[in-house]
Order: sequence, then C-alpha cells, then structure tokens
Amino acid sequence: MRNIFTGFGNYLILIRGTFARPEKAQMYWKEMFRQMHDIGIGSLSIIAIIATFIGAVTAVQFSYQLRSFSLVPMWWMGSIVRKSMILELAPTISALLLAGKVGSNIASELGSMRISEQIDAYEIMGVNTQGYLVGPKIMASLVVIPMLIILAVFLGIGGGMMAGILGKFFTPSEYIRGLQDNFAGYDVVVMLIKSFLFAFIISSISCYKGYTVSGGALEIGRASTQAVVISSIVIIVVNFITAFILL
Amino acid sequence: MIEIKNIRKNFGDHQVLKGVSSVFDDGKCNLIIGKSGSGKTVTLKCMVGLYSPDEGDIEYDGRSITQMSFNDRKDIRREIGMLFQGTALFDSLSVEENVRFPLDMFTNMTEAEKVDRVNFCLNRVNLVNTNKKYPGELSGGMKKRVGIARAIVLNPKYLFCDEPNSGLDPKTAIVIDHLIRELTQEYKMTTIINTHDMNSVMGIGDKVVFLHEGLKYWEGTKEEIMEITDGELFDFIFASDFLKDLRRNARVS
Repeated sequence: MRNIFTGFGNYLILIRGTFARPEKAQMYWKEMFRQMHDIGIGSLSIIAIIATFIGAVTAVQFSYQLRSFSLVPMWWMGSIVRKSMILELAPTISALLLAGKVGSNIASELGSMRISEQIDAYEIMGVNTQGYLVGPKIMASLVVIPMLIILAVFLGIGGGMMAGILGKFFTPSEYIRGLQDNFAGYDVVVMLIKSFLFAFIISSISCYKGYTVSGGALEIGRASTQAVVISSIVIIVVNFITAFILL
Repeated sequence: MIEIKNIRKNFGDHQVLKGVSSVFDDGKCNLIIGKSGSGKTVTLKCMVGLYSPDEGDIEYDGRSITQMSFNDRKDIRREIGMLFQGTALFDSLSVEENVRFPLDMFTNMTEAEKVDRVNFCLNRVNLVNTNKKYPGELSGGMKKRVGIARAIVLNPKYLFCDEPNSGLDPKTAIVIDHLIRELTQEYKMTTIINTHDMNSVMGIGDKVVFLHEGLKYWEGTKEEIMEITDGELFDFIFASDFLKDLRRNARVS
C-alpha cells in the first residue's frame, strides 16, 4: 500500500516537472510535432480498422436482437449505433487500444533512454528532461488522441451502415434517419471530456513508468507491461466515474 | 580547476564514497582509476551533478555546485561536456543532429553558423561523410567520436569521460585517448577520465587518482605510479601474474 502512495507521489512530482519553463520553446514545439506524428500517424490504421468493425458488429448485434421485437422500427439502428459509438465504444475501445500501442511505445522509448544514459546526457547539458521528454508526449497525446477518437466515431458509424446494408437489416435512408433523430450535442461533449482524460492517463502513466525505469532490458519490458495494465485499469475506472457523473 | 572536498555518498545502507578529496587542474588529463565498485562512476556523477553528495563540496573554479540553486547549476552544466561509457547518443537523431542538439537548444546561432560548427567538430574528431548516418549504423569507435564531438560543440571548460575505451579494440582505444588529450590541451579544458585501462593511464594520465573501497587510496603522476611496489594499487596495476613477472624481471635486470 505504501508503495502505491509513494509511486503516486512520484508521479505527481514528475507531472509538476513537465510544467517548468522551456529552455527554448521552439525545440519543445518541434518535439511535440514529432510525437504527434508518431502517435497519430502510427495509430491511424489500427484505429480505423478496429472502429469500423466495432461499428459493424454493433449494428449486426442490435439488428439481430431488435428483429425479434417487431414493434421496434429498424431506423432506430442509426440512433443506437451513433449513441453507442459516441458515448462508449469509440472513446473506451480506442483508449484501451492506444494504451497498448502508444503506452507501451512511450514507456519502452523512455525506459531505453534511461538505461542507455540518454536522459543523463540531456540533464548534463542542462535540459529539463521532464519538460522536454515528458511534456511534449503528454501535449501531443492531448491533441492527437481526441482526434483519433473523433475519427473512430465516424468510421464506426460508417461501419455500422455498411454491415446493416450488406446484411439487409435496414436501408441506407432508414439508417440516416436514425442518425439524425434526436441528436444530442451533449453526447459529443461527454465524448470529448472522456477523450482528453484518457489521453492524459495513457501518456502520463506511460511516461512515468518509462522515465523511472532502473536496471536493464528486463525492467524496460516490465515497465512497458505495467504502463499498459495500469493505464487500462485507470481508463475503465475513470470511464465509469465520468459516465456516472456526466450522464 | 575542479576541487572535490571530502565527498560522501550513500545508497541506502551502502556507503559508496567515504570522503574523497582531490584537485583537478586545467589543461590536464586527470584520471580516476580503481576496481569495479570502487566508487569511480559515483564520484564522476556527483561531480557533474547527476547525484547530490550527502556530504562534502564540489567547486568549479571556486563556484560550489552543492550550494547552488537549480538554475545556477544549469548554467554550470552548459560549461560541461561529457562522454558516456555507452556514448548515450540520441537514437532517433542522426550524427549531425546529435552534435547540433546543444547548439539548437542553448544558442541563438544562425543556421549557417550551426552547420559550420557541427562540421568543424566532426572534422576535428576525424569523422567525415557520417553526418546523415544514425547511431545504429556506426561502429563503437565512431560512436565515441560522435560522443566527443557532441561534448565539445559548446566549447566546454570541463570535459568528463566515463570509461572512454570500454568496448574498443586496443588500437582504437589509443586513438580515442590521444584525441581526448589533444582536445584537452587545445581548449585548455579540465578533463576528468574514469578508467581502469592502464594503457590510458600510461599514455595520457597527467594526474592519477586511485580509488579503493570508496576512499582515495593514492594520487600522483603516471611516472610515480610505476614506483609502487605493493598494496592495493600494485595489485590493480599488475593484475596479471604475467605483468608482475615482467616487472620483477625488468627491475632485476
């Protein structure tokens, strides 16, 4: 228990260190754009594939179940897929996926920099390593991960439409009617709040686990696994709390 | 000149440095030698500010870094160049970008000035046509040279080298040693080298400090070290029976 509190305290100290004044803002921007490219472009294809199929399978599952209730009109499917993707599936599934891909990547990158003394080299030069190595990763995640989640929503809705039409569960016009019916902008606000929270959780926990590695290659692997596991658990818990508070 | 005064450092219950003092002069290669675990690396890391000593003081030309604020310490760090044992080159950056990084971060030089300075430093360590290569594409000796080029790019007053010859073949090790010595004399730097390579001691050691179990056991010149006849230093220098016999025979003849 004591270790958990000590770890949390050290995590907060690391996060505070990222807000120090940059030595040269231009270099921090450059690093942030590099990270945005790595996180964004690197995760685009996997997010696109997963989101499309999640949307498709949601449409198939709900269509299958609602068919037995003949009183439910099939144009509702558009509304169901839209709401599921915006409120739950796109943010949570994408975040869990990114915790695995981006989180392990960040933790192992920083861990290997720590072990190979690259972080020491930055510090000896006089660079604030928390600010320069951790800060841009968190900032890049806060920009790129919500964008990936918004993309996942659109692709998921598209995937749902494709599956429904292929399976002849509903017509395109029925689906579009459902998408437009009773649209609540608040759902998008909830999705964005979740996206920013999940982006911060993934990047900050992974940075902490990577930055504080000591030992050798085995410890880098361990830190990378811990980053994924802890991020995933925190995402699930925070997802419940935000849903409980905001809905 | 760097002066360390009675520095002590513990890790938990383990006392690594038990009060080490010495003075390292400008324009000279000062070598810290000792067995593995004797406290060489901890001494070096205390000197560059990566570790804070539990007791004692470290002065850079009279400026005590242990008394300094974080920002003042950062200013001193910009006067320091360091060559790491594993070179610590940034994997994601090319050779040119590695050497250029301190210029980008800490100077307001123009693009042309930066390119000139990077090329000058790479030429100075005899590296040509490697600007666009990445650390993973270089040999051990080339990586060390890039590490040296990066360490000197800001014209440091103090140069630290942690085991500069580790992992190198004897010939390349000599080349690296001589390069460090030339640069030390050329730029009048205070150079401190951690090593357990006796070739380096005899080749470039202007001053030698021998650490044993966290204490300074001996200090002197490379000429004086050859007069040692017994004790821990003798065992360290003449670690193999072959060398001991060779020395005995030389003294007899």
